[in-house]
Amino acid sequence: MSMAMFWMIIGMGVVTYIPRLMPLVLLKTENWPAWSKRMLSRVPYAVLGALIFPGIIYVHENLLFGLLGGFVAIILAYIGTPLIVVVGGAIGALSIFTIFF
Amino acid sequence: MENVTDTYENLVISPLKKGLLDGIPIAIGYMPVALTFGLIAGSTGLAVSESVLMSMIVFAGASQYMALSMIAVGSTALEIIAATFIVNFRHLLMSASIHERAEKSSKKMRALYAFGLTDEVFAVASTKTPPIKPGYILGTAIMAYTSWVSFTAVGFFAGAILPWFLQESMAIALYALFIALLIPSIKKEGKIVIILALLGGLFHVFFAIWLSTGWAIMFATIAAVSVYELTERFVLKGDVTE
Repeated sequence: MSMAMFWMIIGMGVVTYIPRLMPLVLLKTENWPAWSKRMLSRVPYAVLGALIFPGIIYVHENLLFGLLGGFVAIILAYIGTPLIVVVGGAIGALSIFTIFF
Repeated sequence: MENVTDTYENLVISPLKKGLLDGIPIAIGYMPVALTFGLIAGSTGLAVSESVLMSMIVFAGASQYMALSMIAVGSTALEIIAATFIVNFRHLLMSASIHERAEKSSKKMRALYAFGLTDEVFAVASTKTPPIKPGYILGTAIMAYTSWVSFTAVGFFAGAILPWFLQESMAIALYALFIALLIPSIKKEGKIVIILALLGGLFHVFFAIWLSTGWAIMFATIAAVSVYELTERFVLKGDVTE
């Protein structure tokens, strides 16, 4: 391994770790106003929306591919199957779709 | 002193196992992404040790891919590090949100699980009902990390080991995971979750016009929670106490 590459990787690691670490060890949110705490606790749902859309429609050059996978996932999740089954089911459905179409 | 053992059992051991289990869908989702990363790293000219070290030290998919493409066009190390910082800056927001939802734990523990706070680990952990057990976050992160690092190595030597139909279909895995996390939250908390997720997705499309994905996700999240808060307070004038 080249030294230059080694230090570059360390540098990338440090700048990735800093934003993940800082709020967790430095923030003292106990006395923050209620609205800011409320907004922070709503972050997961907004992040999930942003992670799903529009990325899901670009998983394949055929737009239907992502939509079909998403639809299967919604159905499986809605009837309450475990995470792993939702993920496996969406992969399975798309595998069948890819093989036959 | 018996309580100490009890507390240890309840707080560390079992949430850790639960986290490891819930990390499996992430591990599956990471598999094709890490395999491809290993494969491209090899063809970009990285040694296997460099590729695996990058996955071990950085543990952030998008920025690792970006580093490869920047190495390919001859960017300097500083440029690549700066770009990595920019792409991963969004985790600041996720870390702050986890801080608000996680059970209190030692600084050492927080520093440990902070390392594993990828988008996916955050998504799985943060949709649990607060207070989230630190051991749970750690377990999820360990499972995701193991997959990420080991499949990077596998991909380096045998990137195309997956049959073609599985390679294409597995691209849906992480999206299916996100949906699987969102639906139970919608069932539990109702339309607030739908509205926030829709706002997040729509603002992502909007910000993606000018910004790269990392920043677009961050600003979309800020915009979504802000619009929701402001609408609730000033338009609906609803009851804003928790």
